[in-house]
Amino acid sequence: MPILKQLSVFVQNQPGKIERLTSILAENNINILAFNIASSGEYGVIKIIADKPELAYKKYKEAGLTAYLSEVLGIKMQDKPGGLHDAAKIIAKNSLNVENAYVYVPKSRKSAMLVIDVRDVKAAKKNIAFGKKQKSK
Amino acid sequence: MFWQKALETLQRDRLEALQLKRLKETTARVYEKVPYYKKLFKSKGITPRHIKTLKDVVMLPFTTREDLQKNYPDKLLTIKHHDTLRLHTSSGTTGKPKAIFFTRNDIDVAANNIARCLTMTGVTKADVLQNMMSYGLFTGGLMMHYGAEKIGVLVIPSATGNTDRQLLLMEDFGTTSIHLTPSYALYLSDIFEKKGPAFRKKLKLKRAYMGAEPYTEETKNKIEALLKVKVYNSYGLTEMNGPGVAFECGLQNGMHLWEDSYIMEIVDPKTDKQLPDGEIGELILTTLTREGMPIIRYRTRDLTAIIPEKCKCGRTHRRIMRIKGRADDMFIMRGVNIYPQQIERVLMGVAHVEKNYQIYLDEGDKIKVKVEITKQLFDGNLEHLKKLQTDLTEKLRTEILIRPSVELVEPGTLPVSEGKAKRVFDNRKIY
Repeated sequence: MPILKQLSVFVQNQPGKIERLTSILAENNINILAFNIASSGEYGVIKIIADKPELAYKKYKEAGLTAYLSEVLGIKMQDKPGGLHDAAKIIAKNSLNVENAYVYVPKSRKSAMLVIDVRDVKAAKKNIAFGKKQKSK
Repeated sequence: MFWQKALETLQRDRLEALQLKRLKETTARVYEKVPYYKKLFKSKGITPRHIKTLKDVVMLPFTTREDLQKNYPDKLLTIKHHDTLRLHTSSGTTGKPKAIFFTRNDIDVAANNIARCLTMTGVTKADVLQNMMSYGLFTGGLMMHYGAEKIGVLVIPSATGNTDRQLLLMEDFGTTSIHLTPSYALYLSDIFEKKGPAFRKKLKLKRAYMGAEPYTEETKNKIEALLKVKVYNSYGLTEMNGPGVAFECGLQNGMHLWEDSYIMEIVDPKTDKQLPDGEIGELILTTLTREGMPIIRYRTRDLTAIIPEKCKCGRTHRRIMRIKGRADDMFIMRGVNIYPQQIERVLMGVAHVEKNYQIYLDEGDKIKVKVEITKQLFDGNLEHLKKLQTDLTEKLRTEILIRPSVELVEPGTLPVSEGKAKRVFDNRKIY
């Protein structure tokens, strides 16, 4: 259950905004693993999981963008029917308050990752681990 | 028509002699009774005895909005505040307002000036005035009311809002004159258009007095055409008694400023030097008859010019032009004075937003505040942004009494202007 770095960027809902974000990453040879947009109409927050999150954050700041780097929890799932359901069970069992969630599939395509945005990532991870232990008994 | 023909057409030399006499009395009064003024006079190295001619007014210190706020609530009074009869405050601000006190005589003088204003536009006691200005701390409602009553006009104190009732009153009581803000007049124009000519025919409306907000000649023409009334421009400010400080006569060409009640000057707002008649600058007013709270050389921040030519109506009191703009960044919306600093204070309080905001004013009384979302305001959470937007909207509404639309924008998207930061963009075409 890895902790991942998630990049959030504030953007106004205008043409060309996503292109600006992706071009900065492309220029710096940063690979996007997952991408998610939450919008409220006039503006939105774009979430990115990248292979070099710190570098991406630095580049965005340099470009004058309002970015935020935070930790999120990744739940591995089997890339097959019922995979997301298994992950959802973990979330439900541990009463995690998910603020945002999206999926990314690594290159291998063997498994997928459910990225969940929870308030206290470290505590959530601990709880889930604890829960599993109990289950195995 | 004249309310006080002799005084309104007084020969200039006699008018100026009266001004000088009253200026001497006023300066002596504040010097003696108001420690703050004594201090200001001393800092300029003068005493009331230095005032020998009207030209000597330039030696006197200015009084600014900040001076009034600094002396809040009653430190500029020449008498105990319970010896005054009423107080008004300058509209809008919920911070420290500017409190202005009036004695019975002060109200009487203000009302008398308004009686002159109304009479010169043809009002008699046979008229019915519907006063669509807010009654309360704002002078627009009460002072006009007292002025009209002086003539014996039937006053309908309808105050603001409730348009259906306004129309009903107009129709049922044969309103001939209305007193309102230009923005409300524009709104009424729309309603009149929708109701069609049959409705207008039922009304006895002849004239509209528009004030409390600046407006253009075009707006005036539009309202005259749509409401089918004569529109008379009214200039006033609470600090100087409210409406009726200057007013258009029947010729509707510039506003006569009552020079037996005020000394007017136009100064260059940058150099503070007096400008000759005809040149545009900041209007400076000194009260000449105020008992409770005289004000010396008040910086109105309103830009206008004194019209040098004599008016054909016969009045000798000089006219000022339609207000051309502001020497500061205050703006007026729905009759409320709003300073960008008020908005800034809210932004600072709610969001620690410092200078990264801009205010846009659009036709239809719309105010938009654009706030840059900087690093300090962003934690990646969309819900937090939405909450920030709602909180700002609510807090701003409480502060400026108008609900703004708050827009969140990316840093660097607000146009950067050279030199002095431009905060207010007025697209209303009011000047």
